[in-house]
Amino acid sequence: MFSIEVTDLKKSYGSLKAVDGISFTVKQGEVFGLLGPNGAGKTTTIEIMEGLRERDSGEVKILGLDPWKEGYEVHKRIGVIPQEFTFFEKTTPKEAIKYYESLFDVKVDADAILKEVLLDEMEDHVFESLSGGQKQKTGLALSLVNSPEVLFLDEPTTGLDPNARRAIWEVIRKLKAKGKTIILTTHYLDEAQQLSDRVAIMDHGHIVAMGTTEEIIQQHGSGEHLEIQGSQQLADYIKENTELQVEYNKVKERIIIPLKKKIDMLAALAAAEQSGMHWGEIQTCQDSLDDVFIKLINEPLDEQGEDTEQKLHKRGRR
Amino acid sequence: MVSFKRISADFKVFSVGYLRNKFGLFFGLIFPVILILIFGAIFSGDSGTVDIYAQNQDEGVYVPGGVSVNFGDQFLIALNESSTIRVITVNASENFADFLAAHSASDGIVIPAKFSSDYTSEQPVNITVFGSPASSTSGIVSGTVNGYANYFNLQRFNGTMVIGVTPATVNTEQTTYIDFLIPGLIGFSILTNPMFSLVNIAADYKKNKLFKQLSLTPLTKMEWLIAKVLFYIALSAAGFLLMVGVGIFAFGAHVVLSPWLIPFLILGPMLFASLGMLVGSVAKNPETAGVIGNIVTFPMMFLAGTFFPLSMMPEYLQTIARVLPLFYVTEGLNNVMVYNNIPNAFIDIIILGIITLVIFLLAVKLFKWRED
Repeated sequence: MFSIEVTDLKKSYGSLKAVDGISFTVKQGEVFGLLGPNGAGKTTTIEIMEGLRERDSGEVKILGLDPWKEGYEVHKRIGVIPQEFTFFEKTTPKEAIKYYESLFDVKVDADAILKEVLLDEMEDHVFESLSGGQKQKTGLALSLVNSPEVLFLDEPTTGLDPNARRAIWEVIRKLKAKGKTIILTTHYLDEAQQLSDRVAIMDHGHIVAMGTTEEIIQQHGSGEHLEIQGSQQLADYIKENTELQVEYNKVKERIIIPLKKKIDMLAALAAAEQSGMHWGEIQTCQDSLDDVFIKLINEPLDEQGEDTEQKLHKRGRR
Repeated sequence: MVSFKRISADFKVFSVGYLRNKFGLFFGLIFPVILILIFGAIFSGDSGTVDIYAQNQDEGVYVPGGVSVNFGDQFLIALNESSTIRVITVNASENFADFLAAHSASDGIVIPAKFSSDYTSEQPVNITVFGSPASSTSGIVSGTVNGYANYFNLQRFNGTMVIGVTPATVNTEQTTYIDFLIPGLIGFSILTNPMFSLVNIAADYKKNKLFKQLSLTPLTKMEWLIAKVLFYIALSAAGFLLMVGVGIFAFGAHVVLSPWLIPFLILGPMLFASLGMLVGSVAKNPETAGVIGNIVTFPMMFLAGTFFPLSMMPEYLQTIARVLPLFYVTEGLNNVMVYNNIPNAFIDIIILGIITLVIFLLAVKLFKWRED
């Protein structure tokens, strides 16, 4: 059963194609990360799924409903934290929860929710006096009032300090354990890796890679390889005496052997030992998600909290 | 379906927030009272008398019996005893026109040298009255001086006063300026409070994506606006009581309090909250919203009979005033509170009701929760 189905979704702002034909599905109970640099189209995508923006074309089904046409129904069953969550300045988190309780016509234990998002000690402070992390947590608390089946978190930790980020992660993990379907956008790779079951990497309105982080690394990364510290002669010896593909990095004085199978490692080491030549440190390496991301996007991540539209314009001009 | 539960939840959260904001509270309730106090103080007291400079060049005349009589002096004394004019005498040696200019004054009279002798010998003699068409007091001065000149003429010829004048006003009790001011200032606060707040809120919520946030809940745009309208009705009612209270207790205002005021206290805030919302949602950003808000509000504030009676304005401005929605609030409040003219107030209610409904529905229609 899919909680979310997106098929060939497109959305343009003028001549700029913010989202250019993306498709994906999210299973019930899955945490799905939308990863990409600023202006990749993540927020547009998530806002279309939330029913906050109208799409140009394509199909979007949230819990089987069209989020734009049946937004009123969809909103009762989803929870949302927009980017840089804001609320009424003079309202406390506890009052905000009570307010949402009445709006959704549900009964919740406000104290329990505040405890769940680790905000219980700030419940009586007005929103404007809260720190950035506490404001995000207020958003998280509010998104839980209607016991949503699907949660949309748009850059929930952008601009927060490491402690606040970890606290939010903690809360997201608890929600995941409860079986909620969660869509998360982020431009922090570690965040996507830590929290998501699957990720989609977006760039210029396209999905350039999708799957578990391991799958993406396997598909788009260089794969696992063995590095041995040693001489050019040793490299040549291994090359001659095994079936392996061998490269040599003169600067680092390292022999690099891509591993198709784990057993290749034994063959390489046996040959090295047989040669009688000196060899030093050995190590197996793999491209990290960072390496893959940079290969795919070819653009450094920028972590300024710019407005979506501004970012889109900037990228459009580049 | 409009849900009362959601409206009351939104009303509650908004009121609590508003009451925590000292600045809003000041503008909502304290500022109108300060206005009443200021305007009340300006126009209470001896506002009826006009100061004029008078130069008496009269040389006097000897009446039979060898006594010198100066009718010029007598004329000035009589004038000073009138309730409308206070005479300040100027030395006869001064150049009077220069003196007035030097004192930035426009009103004054000069009694000529031969006044007493011409008067007693029944020769025509003129008192010169200085005045300026730009000055509102000049009419009072020339009228009063004329009146006393006639009185002196009659006396000379032993005429009898047949027609006299007794001062009275249209109301049963004596109406003072403060009585006209209170409905005007109530209209002013009914306009400004909801209008400025909603312009601000509309632009601010849009910028901070709070409308988006609210659109994700079952709260509807109409419910949200109704909650704001209800809040400003409550605030206006509180402001009304405060202002009327201060008017009565501090300045002894005479105003009629009747249930006919209630429609104005409901329709007024509803109209201007909706209008504010409309302005705020049409504008692209908070700065533009503020400017458009001012363009709509300020002319209305001055042209709709808030501070000055409409009858003071030229014909074309009165026509413009009748297009302004605030006009029907201030005129209606005046009709009830000052003139106790319910049939006319009823017409104001009908017109105001129609304008309000149109603006309210337009505001609900045009303001956007979410983007396309």
